[in-house]
Amino acid sequence: MAQVGIILVSHSEKLTEGIQSLLEEVVGDVSVQTAGGNEEGQIGTSLDKIQNAMKNVGEAGALVFYDLGSAQMNAEMAIEMLELEHVHLSDAPIVEGAYLAAVEASVGKSVNDIRESLKNEFGKE
Amino acid sequence: MKLNATQAVNWMIKTNEKIQKQSDYLSQLDRDIGDGDHGINMARGFQAVEDTLSNEEFAEVSDVLKKTATTIMSKVGGAAGPLYGTAFQKMAMTSKGTEVDSETFSNMVEAAVEGLKQRGKSEEGEKTMIDVWSPLHDALKETSEFDGEKIREIAHSSMESTKDMVATKGRAAYLKERSKGHLDPGSVSSYYVFEALSETLEKG
Repeated sequence: MAQVGIILVSHSEKLTEGIQSLLEEVVGDVSVQTAGGNEEGQIGTSLDKIQNAMKNVGEAGALVFYDLGSAQMNAEMAIEMLELEHVHLSDAPIVEGAYLAAVEASVGKSVNDIRESLKNEFGKE
Repeated sequence: MKLNATQAVNWMIKTNEKIQKQSDYLSQLDRDIGDGDHGINMARGFQAVEDTLSNEEFAEVSDVLKKTATTIMSKVGGAAGPLYGTAFQKMAMTSKGTEVDSETFSNMVEAAVEGLKQRGKSEEGEKTMIDVWSPLHDALKETSEFDGEKIREIAHSSMESTKDMVATKGRAAYLKERSKGHLDPGSVSSYYVFEALSETLEKG
């Protein structure tokens, strides 16, 4: 069965790359897409970049983690615009949340199971 | 009031002129209580709006606002991108297939306010652009006919009222009481949007 993907949305490209390599190193077998920084790669967020990161989500779905205000708003908007029903925005802290989700995704848990785990661990999905 | 598609394009072009002129001022306001990028983000986004709108023909106001919304969403960046993008998108949806008169415009602003609240998870009185858009809608829905000057006056006094508010949303919220005494940058740029509309309605 296809695995749940992880999408990281941050104001900083370095931050998303850092978390991505952390997850790949520690967890291994997991799909991590990133949308860090604005279109020029500077500090900011870009709706287009976020939509791109969401393009290749498989049927198992994906969880999206964000850092600050506009990352959240743009990620929400991207999900709405692409009408992705199996892609969910998580309010969990970006590093810890993505780590937990990556571990569970790597052992084949469903997107709803992972959301439940996030809720149990962080008090929010 | 009545607004046609050509006027709607002029409205956005005038908005861009004001944003370009006030870009440094907006960034200064944002440096005081935010992250300092509001001017540069808005200037980049609204220049893109003007460039896009100038090269196309539009059948109705809704089409102009829709194009504006999608351009803002992808070009403005920061929190202003999704917020302004949502506001214009809601106005476009509400005006679709209808002539824009006083009643329609009031409904458009109402939809924009709802969109802003939902997107920003915010309410009135939290020192955000909602504090310009929402009082404007309150005033518009009570009058069956209004003109540009009325829109400008309300937007202006609402913008001024954000000075004494304490921010509870966005980056400014970390400053709490210290955010008092500063105008909210998003409210100031919203004022320019409505000042531009006012001038468009007065002068065509």
